[in-house]
Amino acid sequence: MKAVSPKPLPRRFHQASWDEPVIFELSQPGARGVLIPPVEPAILQEVGNVTATIPESLRRTTPPPLPEMSQVHVLRHFARLSQENLGVDLNIDIGQGTCTMKYSPKVNDQLARSPKLTDLHPLQDESTVQGILEVMWRLEQMLKEISGMDRFSLQPGAGSAAIYTNMAMVRAYHKSRGEGDQRNQVITTIFSHPSNAACAKVGGYEIITIYPDPDGYPDLSALQASVSEHTAALFITNPEDTGIFNPRIEQFVTAVHEVGGLCVYDQANANGILGITRAREAGFDMCHFNLHKTFSTPHGCGGPAAGASGVSAALAMFLPTPTVEFDGHRYYLDFDRPHSIGKIRPWYGVAQNILKAYAWIMSLGADGLREVAEIAVLNNNYLLKKVLEIHGVSAPYAKGRRRIEQVRYSWEQLSSETGVHSEEIGYRAADFGTHYWTSHHPYIVPEPMTLEPTESYSQADLDEYVAILKHIADEAYNSPATIHTAPHNSTCHRINQASYDNPDEWAITWRAYKRKVK
Amino acid sequence: MRIGLIVNPIAGIGGRVGLKGSDGAEIQHLAFELGAEPLSNLRAASALEVLSPLRETLELFTPTGLMGEDVARQKGFIPHLIGSLPQDTTTAEDTRQAALAMLDIPLELLLFAGGDGTARDIYTSVNTKLPVLGIPAGVKIQSAVFATNPRSAGEIAAAYLRGERIHLRESEVIDLDEDSYRTGLFTTRLYGYLAVPYRPHLLQSRKVPTPAAESVRMQAIASDVIENMQAGWYYILGPGTTTRAITTQLGFPKTLVGVDVYTREGAVALDVSESRLLQLINKQPTKIIVTPIGGQGFIFGRGNQQISPNVIRMVGTENIIIVSLAEKLNALQGEPLLVDTGEPEVDKLLAGYLPIVVGYREKVVYRIAF
Repeated sequence: MKAVSPKPLPRRFHQASWDEPVIFELSQPGARGVLIPPVEPAILQEVGNVTATIPESLRRTTPPPLPEMSQVHVLRHFARLSQENLGVDLNIDIGQGTCTMKYSPKVNDQLARSPKLTDLHPLQDESTVQGILEVMWRLEQMLKEISGMDRFSLQPGAGSAAIYTNMAMVRAYHKSRGEGDQRNQVITTIFSHPSNAACAKVGGYEIITIYPDPDGYPDLSALQASVSEHTAALFITNPEDTGIFNPRIEQFVTAVHEVGGLCVYDQANANGILGITRAREAGFDMCHFNLHKTFSTPHGCGGPAAGASGVSAALAMFLPTPTVEFDGHRYYLDFDRPHSIGKIRPWYGVAQNILKAYAWIMSLGADGLREVAEIAVLNNNYLLKKVLEIHGVSAPYAKGRRRIEQVRYSWEQLSSETGVHSEEIGYRAADFGTHYWTSHHPYIVPEPMTLEPTESYSQADLDEYVAILKHIADEAYNSPATIHTAPHNSTCHRINQASYDNPDEWAITWRAYKRKVK
Repeated sequence: MRIGLIVNPIAGIGGRVGLKGSDGAEIQHLAFELGAEPLSNLRAASALEVLSPLRETLELFTPTGLMGEDVARQKGFIPHLIGSLPQDTTTAEDTRQAALAMLDIPLELLLFAGGDGTARDIYTSVNTKLPVLGIPAGVKIQSAVFATNPRSAGEIAAAYLRGERIHLRESEVIDLDEDSYRTGLFTTRLYGYLAVPYRPHLLQSRKVPTPAAESVRMQAIASDVIENMQAGWYYILGPGTTTRAITTQLGFPKTLVGVDVYTREGAVALDVSESRLLQLINKQPTKIIVTPIGGQGFIFGRGNQQISPNVIRMVGTENIIIVSLAEKLNALQGEPLLVDTGEPEVDKLLAGYLPIVVGYREKVVYRIAF
């Protein structure tokens, strides 16, 4: 494809800034989007009081506290917010490393919005929903092939829900062997997906964390010093958030198996290894996928997403209920599963996302999946080479080695030479219509920046992103004040973050805001 | 806003000429004869450079001449002068007097440029009554009261003065006994704590949960330790704010810089020496609870020498509990935690991988080296 670069590079950009209030603050008492005409007397006489047909206990006594607005004001509100946004549909969105922000084909959204799906109800008889059950069953077969696992549940409503599911199955497995109390530790690594530690903690496990060895690989000696008869499981991501593939993963798995623990592969992001390596061949007992990362469903901005939990045959009896089964003629739900951990969320999975993942895989085929991984890795290593040509940036650990699908870079040198911090470079990037993510807390890598280009971006896109970083790095050395006061052309400027530390001040819902702040 | 600045003009001069410290008039004289040049004013200048945009809103208080006035003027500040000092030589007493004078002003923040000896002098005068931040300029930088470099000292000070998300942390003041150090003996003491501002990394992404306040995480560590305390056992607690969190939660007294002994029910003995420790734990099941001391991650041999090789041997390495905030481990940037008990055999016993309690039911298995 011929590269079309904007001129000049980086492009000139200025974002809309509407100073838009929260929708609840726009409410005008009495304003309505649709005025519903009163029921004609003849109809009223014919059908009677419709409200009376609703059971008393389900009837509201007061109207819900929703904003009262006209249609055009609702439309304007959301149109303005959309102009104050960044993302893959607007610009090069490779800065949210670990999240796999690939382009999600719109045709898959169209399928998910089809009335054939949206008009279904989960309480319908199985005989009337054979289509979506078939999609669920077929997606399971595909994920089995991709991972080498023997069974999957698509019930979890997100990646972390899938990890939680796996944790619950680990617990059920040890309990079934009479070792539930004894095995009270879960081992993970500091560069693994943090949901591993979080979910295990929620499940009551003690968390043992392994730090990297001097080369940046998970420290095998530390793992060997950690395993014992208390080990319930190893929850590990590979490649880790640094983009470094753990070449000794087999030894990790062996060490845990030798003491009777289970090995759980976090494949939230499997984008760099599709069709190349599988959890089964690495010896894992379980794995999970975030369908919204690798399988493009896309990210749900808080949900619902979809997670898939996979297990070996020996653990299949613990999977959530129901499973989707096929007897050669019809698809059905199996609720008769006495060893199951039960339900992880209502119903059978987030059907729209399951359909989107299924459609995405079907559109690519097996060879296409491998090509996704190959292009994602190629893009990442091209980006790595280009970024490292910028003065002041480095890729800590595994010196001279390539990375898989992402890289955790460090601006430490630039920061010590100019006083400009990574967060500030991120703010300045917003002046060019993009952004980047630093790292999970805590910052092990100083002044971090995590980039993941996926397979969705062209060489010209990557060159443009590098040009932005290069431009900002030059500014750091020549006019750091420009960065210290950034962003200049973006909707939001610096936000006072003091409240982030204070649970009495932060509010993530309007109700909480009214309670705490007003 | 009012800030103070105290520069120890002779800090660091011993290092360049191999003297392992700069304390004492004779050593300083010797250092100058060997051609040493004072660098602490240059380092203070780097820190003030970062603060210079705030100069209009800052009132800077500093002693005369090389102890701060010169560098302040050089960076465009018009300082309020305190005291009147001889221009040729300065002593530790001058630092202590200047710090005492700062207490009366009062200041938002006191910056000082020096090393561990200077930190000790400042501590002697101000204790934790005033926020203090060290600009590293000495030969010995073992105390945890220094920024990583002069520029970051300026940045933290600027952020603190702007009222950004800055917390105060009690940080250890550690220093050698330099007389014995020069003759080959190596002993350190934990002298006390200064209230030091530190800046948690600004969080860019909402994907990242805001870490709970440090005090809350120390309480979590304490809860873990307390949950596992057993009846009939003695617990030797080394100094440190993290070990102190355990006794605070239990409602027991704890000395600030000493080694103390407890059971689950209460204090057995406070501020004990090595010989008293050996007496106490003889034939008594005992555990040792320590936390890394200072900026370099020593768990034994800095500030807790009372827990000697003999004590460690008697207790057994399997009965050592190490507690630490995770960021202390992160700050080591992959370097191991260190032991320096004075006996290579015991150091060897301790080396390897040990679990560090970093939260409630949260551990890190980390490398220990000597």
